[in-house]
Amino acid sequence: MSQFFTYAVITATIASAVQYAAPFLLAALGETVGQRSGVLNLGVDGIMLLSAFSCYFVALRTGSDLLGVVVGMLTGAVLGLLTAFMSVTLRAQQGISGIGVYILGLGLSDLLFVRFVGTPLPVSSLPNVSVPGLSRLPALGPMFFQQNWLVYIAFLLVPAVAFFLYRTTYGTRVLAVGENPAAADSVGISVTRTRYATVVFGCTMAGLAGSTLLLLDGIFQENLTQSAGFIAVALVYFGAWRPFGVMTGSLLYGVVTAVVLQWKSLGIIPTSAADLAATAPAVITVLALVVLAGRFKQPSSLGKAYVRGA
Amino acid sequence: MVGWAVLPVSALAALAIGAVLILAFGANPITGYRALLNGAFGGSYALASTAQKATPLLLVAAGTCVAVRANVWNIGGEGQIVAGALASTATALALPGLPGWLLVPLVLVVAAAGGALWAGVAGVFKAYFNVNEILSTIMLNLVAVQVMNYLLSGPMVNRSQSFSVTGLIPQTRLLSSRSWLPTLVPGTQLNLGVLVALAVAAAVYVLLWHSGFGFRARAVGLSPEAAAYAGMSVRRTTVNAMLLSGAACGLAGAVLVFGSISHRMVTDGSLTGFTGNDGFNGIVVALFGGLNPAWSVVSAFLFGGLLVGGTAMQGATGVPTDLVTTIEGLVVVFVVSMDFLRTGARLRQEVTERGGDGDLPARARSRSLVLRLARARV
Repeated sequence: MSQFFTYAVITATIASAVQYAAPFLLAALGETVGQRSGVLNLGVDGIMLLSAFSCYFVALRTGSDLLGVVVGMLTGAVLGLLTAFMSVTLRAQQGISGIGVYILGLGLSDLLFVRFVGTPLPVSSLPNVSVPGLSRLPALGPMFFQQNWLVYIAFLLVPAVAFFLYRTTYGTRVLAVGENPAAADSVGISVTRTRYATVVFGCTMAGLAGSTLLLLDGIFQENLTQSAGFIAVALVYFGAWRPFGVMTGSLLYGVVTAVVLQWKSLGIIPTSAADLAATAPAVITVLALVVLAGRFKQPSSLGKAYVRGA
Repeated sequence: MVGWAVLPVSALAALAIGAVLILAFGANPITGYRALLNGAFGGSYALASTAQKATPLLLVAAGTCVAVRANVWNIGGEGQIVAGALASTATALALPGLPGWLLVPLVLVVAAAGGALWAGVAGVFKAYFNVNEILSTIMLNLVAVQVMNYLLSGPMVNRSQSFSVTGLIPQTRLLSSRSWLPTLVPGTQLNLGVLVALAVAAAVYVLLWHSGFGFRARAVGLSPEAAAYAGMSVRRTTVNAMLLSGAACGLAGAVLVFGSISHRMVTDGSLTGFTGNDGFNGIVVALFGGLNPAWSVVSAFLFGGLLVGGTAMQGATGVPTDLVTTIEGLVVVFVVSMDFLRTGARLRQEVTERGGDGDLPARARSRSLVLRLARARV
């Protein structure tokens, strides 16, 4: 254990924890906005998979990470339109339609990979960008300010989403639609348009999350996300539908993952028990849900389609 | 009836998109689908393989019917399959000397108990701590798979296998032949598991529509408030529905071990390495079967055929079996999307009964030609 508590190892572990947290955070922030308007999107994992593939394909062919991310986000937006069409316009049962999107994404992403790429070649890894000044701070610098640009975007979006939800007219409309769509409707807020916007935003974020995951890994493979999208949805509940709560949950998930991996590589956890230790993040999340579930109220119309007059 | 047409239309639409994807691979969709049909239903061996593949799907689907009818969305089939398989495999490894007439029923019971226990955790969390069961069951899936990977590569691993460069394969040793599910048709893989699954589906049907529990479960599913007002315990019903659902999924785990060709529990380290995604596929089967265990029998057979035939199609055309997964996802998307044909008509009726103007909102009306068609037929 003593080899873990050294300056170099601790800072490296925290730095990778922040990095692990980023894809979860991006997807969970998007899902937060969608759920705040009353739409439960369980297809996040499938959307992340398809976005990860399209990002991979474009980055591989063009050599541009940025272009890959843009196409990944566009993929998310298109799937967002599909999700919104099912959940809002067709009033589909949201839990199960999301499972449909997940299975579709799981199959289609690998199908497209086999058809259009075949041999797994790595894309160039994301370079770290040092923040001028801050990156030279002792301890804090190497932990937080020598990350890649997608990690910075993820964490900068936390205050941005919080500001949007709580301090802008549009954000208040989203909250109103999620709490009481009939009342929002009666004062002239379009429930349909609001929910389409939040769902497309959420899925675009899922696309960004999938692209981030892909670029961190550098290579596409079947079921690349390993259910990260589902974990992101759980983190929304964990964070009680608040952007900073979601960030706390994502960081906790990242820290536990990073510590387990670090302990495994240092031999603190025997290799044979590594699989068992890998359950820690999921177990902690479930227990946190048990502790937190009674304390916070979910958006009142979450998962319920809105029909005027019904 | 509108509800009826949804299923074949969904299936055809999904297969049509699948045909486009086959074309994208430069293959002929007709050749592909013919290979699929032949591989799934052409001849007794194919039919037996399909029935064999359908067995765990039907068990998971029957479990899904119980849970969803009680408004508990059990998405934890994957984890419950693993829990049942691990518990029953450990039992068979510990008691290899028992006679077959005792060992086979024992492993089945233990598997059901293992699955029920794993699902029960999520049931209790939902009933007493208000934890969303969709999330808890999905997280428990991840936990179960990791525990399985640990056990199959550590305490339960077959140490006598020949050592390869990549290390030991995460699998148990060959299970006692007395624990194998007896083959029903010699020369095929068809075994006792099929009868177990059919019995479970029948039991679930009787339970849901001809028992006090089933009445309570459906009442809670339709309206927890009304059920509570009528003096039913919503919490206990929720937990019981989850236990039964998990037990059926646990049995699927036993079928995957004791009815397999290898007669051992084996994985490849991936999330679906042991289950082959049956925990999710079973949900698709239940949905396609209208959440009715009787129709789920038909549905399981069709989807079992799709999965078995997918391999044959891959052989004939080179299109990967991911195509089958894609088609499944599309089927779910189409079925839930078209469900509004029914709910749209029902809502309209409700609004009328409540003294409304007898019309859906203008937007809904103008939106859909399909809805008008539906209205004409209802």
